[in-house]
Amino acid sequence: MPEATGVLVLGDSIGGELSPTSRELLAVGRKAADDLGEELAISLLGSTLDVPSQQAIAFGTDKVYAVTHPLLSDYNVDLSLAALDSLCREVAPRVVLIGRTNEGRELAPRLAFRLGVGLAQDCLEVSVDPASKSLLANRPVYGGNAVAVVSCTYTPQIAAVRPKVYEPLDPDSSRQGEVVSFPVELDSSQARSRVVNTVQEEAEGIKLEDAKIVVSGGRGLGGPEPFANLEELAKLLGGAVGASRAAVDSGWVPSSYQVGLTGKTITPDLYITVAISGASQHLAGCSGAKVIVAINKDSEANIFKEASYGVVGDWEQVVPAFAEAVRELTQD
Amino acid sequence: MPVNIAVLAKQVIDPEMPLAAFRIDDAAKAVVPPSNIPPVVNGFDENAVEAALQIKDSQEATITVLSMGTSFALDVMKKPLSMGADELVLLQDDSFQNTIDSFFTAQVLTTAINKLGGFDLIICGRQASDWDNAQVPLGVAEILGLSTVALGKKVEVTGDKVSVERVTPDGYEVVEAPLPALVTVSNELGQPRYPTLRGIMAATRKRPTVWSAADLEMDAAQLEPRVTLLNLFVPVREQQCEIVEGEDAADAGRQLAMRLREAKII
Repeated sequence: MPEATGVLVLGDSIGGELSPTSRELLAVGRKAADDLGEELAISLLGSTLDVPSQQAIAFGTDKVYAVTHPLLSDYNVDLSLAALDSLCREVAPRVVLIGRTNEGRELAPRLAFRLGVGLAQDCLEVSVDPASKSLLANRPVYGGNAVAVVSCTYTPQIAAVRPKVYEPLDPDSSRQGEVVSFPVELDSSQARSRVVNTVQEEAEGIKLEDAKIVVSGGRGLGGPEPFANLEELAKLLGGAVGASRAAVDSGWVPSSYQVGLTGKTITPDLYITVAISGASQHLAGCSGAKVIVAINKDSEANIFKEASYGVVGDWEQVVPAFAEAVRELTQD
Repeated sequence: MPVNIAVLAKQVIDPEMPLAAFRIDDAAKAVVPPSNIPPVVNGFDENAVEAALQIKDSQEATITVLSMGTSFALDVMKKPLSMGADELVLLQDDSFQNTIDSFFTAQVLTTAINKLGGFDLIICGRQASDWDNAQVPLGVAEILGLSTVALGKKVEVTGDKVSVERVTPDGYEVVEAPLPALVTVSNELGQPRYPTLRGIMAATRKRPTVWSAADLEMDAAQLEPRVTLLNLFVPVREQQCEIVEGEDAADAGRQLAMRLREAKII
């Protein structure tokens, strides 16, 4: 193996565009590469060279590896893994960054084990120490009750970064970069798991991940019916409805509503929690919200430690009056 | 042929314990187990036991639960047996520390799985509620070269393949993979069943197999960690919450709307 150098972002594209997570990773990677005085590269997988290379260069990369094979036209975790394994062995990066997305949750650990190296999982903060060239990562543990600072002992040092924590750089279309074609050898027999059916069960209206305002309900609502009140309030505010894991586990709403460590990470401008106690694992999914409002009858609830505004009271009284006042205030 | 299933389960500090009891030993860089709150089987691992039992409900299957640790609360770790699992194998050694390094744990579990002759299907919880690493199951699958499906909410075995409803951000997808396979499951699988009285009686009589590092012919010191823990701390929350009050709860709700309007938030 050649001597390890540089930072490699394992990127992806959505509908021909560089994914939001890849843009965030390029910002993290740019800083790390500059601190190391080394190169930043991104890998983009596809069946042809038609990947958003110029966009990736504008967002900060020095080099694009267009990793190509006809079988990479549709996402398959086993094939992507095989392709990335080949790339990492050939390129020998010092640091690898991957998004802890739905796909990354599975790809990152498997890639680390396949390469026989360590992975810093679900990182909130990633940096490199220029002197030791070591990766340092802060990651929440114990459901977010504690933060662990970790480093990796083998190269490449891999970090899976939580989406929506970092801001992308401002794109600069005048930036120059190199595009390297990296055809890989794959065999369809490597795709051992196969998606045979896809079922959408997301609510209508604005997507939870994209909403500027989110109203979430928790265990304290006591049943599925009150979510109708939250839907109404969300509609009034032009927002979406979410839920805590307790509400999902109780079967009151589908799992696509779940905000938290094992659910969705959301970063709305306004996050209104109703009857949510604020367990760390829930806060892990919403702590990037600009303003959190808590409505809870327990003044000792943990959510008040995270909220900017709070009302201590029974949601059954607070929410209808709040909604009515919002209706009046936003009508003029 | 019965389906030979393994479930990997971990004993963890009760994640539902009050936050006030959560304490870190700075020198040891470890969370101090609260003295008056017993440990539990990791919640997602109970989902894994449930997934295995659902398979056993409809066809012949044997379920072996494996766990690694330095010491076990036997009554806690017998819960999967009382739910209906058949065997319990405890990998117990002073060197089997609960570290943040998934590589080590995956190697120990894999060695034991090989010693047991392998399984048709290994089911695991998606992650443990202590280190939240979500790596050990996928690591075991990689080391053993198994086909893998992560984040299942329903697991079925038909012939020589496993069919999994895999949770996605906006619903689920049905994924098929040939056996032998490893599947991780999530809380969307649903509530694990309660132990029955008969199950509890049967579990009381069952003796777990206990293997040390020597039994596994492992020298833990030779397994260099891939991830090291430099520091562990409780994050400081600095947010000051403005409590909006009113004549009653409804009025407080109205006042809240006005306050948010005033601050140009709505």
